[in-house]
Amino acid sequence: MASLSERDPTTWIRPSTGRPTIALAELWRYRELAFFLTWRDVKVRYKQTVLGVTWAVVQPVASMLVFALFFGRLAGMPSDGVPYPLFSLAALVPWTLFAQGMSQAANSVVGSADLIQKVYFPRLIIPVAAVGAAVVDFVCGFAVLVGMMPFYGVYPTARALWLPAFVVLALAASLAVGLWLAALSTRYRDVRHLVPFLGQLWLFATPVAYPTSLVPPTWRPLYGVNPMVGVIDGFRWALLGTETGPGPTLAVSVAVTLVILVGGALYFRRMERVFADVV
Amino acid sequence: MTGDTVVHAEGLGKRYVLGRRPAVHDTLRDALSSGARDVLRALRRRGGTRATDDTVWALRDVSFEVRRGEVVGVIGRNGAGKSTLLKILSRITEPTTGAAWTRGRVGSLLEVGTGFHAELTGRENVYLSGAILGMKRREIARRFDEIVDFAEIERFIDTPVKRYSSGMYLRLAFAVAAHLEPEILFVDEVLAVGDAAFQKKCLGKIGDVAREHRTVLFVSHNLVAVEALCARALWLDHGRIASDGRAGPVISAYLQGASPVVTERTWLPSAPAPGGGGVRLRRVCVRASDGAPPDRLSVHTPFVLECEYDNDQPTGTLRVHLQFYDEKELLLFDVGPPVEADASAQGSPTGLLRTVCHIPGNLLNDGRHRVALTIVRDNVPVVRHPDALVFDIQDSVEDREGWYEKWPGAIRPRLRWDTNIPVR
Repeated sequence: MASLSERDPTTWIRPSTGRPTIALAELWRYRELAFFLTWRDVKVRYKQTVLGVTWAVVQPVASMLVFALFFGRLAGMPSDGVPYPLFSLAALVPWTLFAQGMSQAANSVVGSADLIQKVYFPRLIIPVAAVGAAVVDFVCGFAVLVGMMPFYGVYPTARALWLPAFVVLALAASLAVGLWLAALSTRYRDVRHLVPFLGQLWLFATPVAYPTSLVPPTWRPLYGVNPMVGVIDGFRWALLGTETGPGPTLAVSVAVTLVILVGGALYFRRMERVFADVV
Repeated sequence: MTGDTVVHAEGLGKRYVLGRRPAVHDTLRDALSSGARDVLRALRRRGGTRATDDTVWALRDVSFEVRRGEVVGVIGRNGAGKSTLLKILSRITEPTTGAAWTRGRVGSLLEVGTGFHAELTGRENVYLSGAILGMKRREIARRFDEIVDFAEIERFIDTPVKRYSSGMYLRLAFAVAAHLEPEILFVDEVLAVGDAAFQKKCLGKIGDVAREHRTVLFVSHNLVAVEALCARALWLDHGRIASDGRAGPVISAYLQGASPVVTERTWLPSAPAPGGGGVRLRRVCVRASDGAPPDRLSVHTPFVLECEYDNDQPTGTLRVHLQFYDEKELLLFDVGPPVEADASAQGSPTGLLRTVCHIPGNLLNDGRHRVALTIVRDNVPVVRHPDALVFDIQDSVEDREGWYEKWPGAIRPRLRWDTNIPVR
């Protein structure tokens, strides 16, 4: 007779008490599921569309055109010596990654209500996969950005090796905010209305249409409380050679992101105990 | 040490808050206004504790153990806590009290098609649903052909499932779940969907799992299926375990619990009995025509209802009317004897009389039936007994052809048919 082998795991089921933990090990065991959910989101997003994945570049490029016309041409916005279209696109591409990841993560848990009520897996997978789905769009936008650079006579340097770090920061920031919103949205459907609005306000609080140099130097570290300031400064520095390299502002952005991320994950874990009952 | 126990539950309880779910509001505004109300209310009755009567225990103090290889049917009425129990054991929701553990890989099948996405193709959905149910990508790839074979949809595997017929969709969805190969399987009412062939396949697969010495917890309203598949049954009533043991006796006990079965009532001449207008009831009973005990009436069994009564008045004709109700209190029919059935056309004799009503087989559907009795003298009701008899008609598996759902309809007559006659 088959006996219980060592690898038969014993799963305990009891009311959770006390402080939540993030349970990273379990999250790692379910990495394939995260991949599949991301893959589903990407696959489904462009099914039965004419333009398909072209949509991924339409949004940042269209915004760039509008920004270039109104801020660049008409308002004469300074752009740290970089051609304005390039200057704004270098910010719009990571911004879109952040904004899309955040809003997808925010709506992901309510959107997965039927899964949550029918099958167990670590719930953190849901917002993580939702943010992951934004990466595909980012890669497309990034390709357009890099393709545009020679057109303006700007070529990347060794600094570009820093880019992955800024991408990770943008993803972390978007997951961090997304986790809070996703957990809140299970109780308060207001979140669905809040997200587009929040994205818009946040866009203006971020140096996308304008350079960080408009902010007085003494205030810049405080400005870094908005994690996307660190990301976009980093992008422009690494790709376009502006004078916004890593410094106190970036340090503040990273620290703030970490705090929101860990706090968000713990809050999410605490709320997930009742997800299946309230979602 | 209970070495072979694979599911262990101890004092499991789950409390839900009624009406207002646990501090949940659809919008912040609700939360704010209800918060304000609570504050006002608290101010008004200062120091008063909040009433706790708006909570309900969906599950209360449930303890049991399941050993490796057991197939356990969980039965009970709607809202008895069956699904809640499965959700707790599947870790979908947390218990409020108690603890449980499971040992081994758990697969839970609380619906068919968990994680399916209509826009994706059959192939894509196999992978997605497999991953969601807990399979590794390599496992799915290895069993892919088997899954497609089982579902019988080879030709459509690269078609979006939104173009599938509902039958194809269900077959594919179940095929994925069926190849999950868990050591412990929790199944909830999967049979509530699909056609006869599909249900047969599902049940067959659950039977296979059991034969492979894996463990199954099977929630169902379908007592026929539970009796066919499960050696053991767990009866939940109002969130508590009402009975746990061999399936047959537990199911019988569950059926009795609905409203107690009464297949015979007798009243001694000296004791008070329902009566009036010169008539007194002495005995009512239900009896199978083939001599089977009255608690084993099947849908095919002809049976009789007998009624004995004392008649003191020599005038007028007595008639016994019977009203048949099903378990949902639906009046199925109201019958009385036709005029020519009267033994004495000149009026009913005095003394102890008996009326027998013959019910053919293949008339009533399965389930609990209540018979109300009325005796009329010349169209004036003189005796009434609203629940004179309560008995069960049991389903028979023979002619189900693999289809195990509750047979729909109030009655279940067998009619004469002439079928497929060539028409010139």
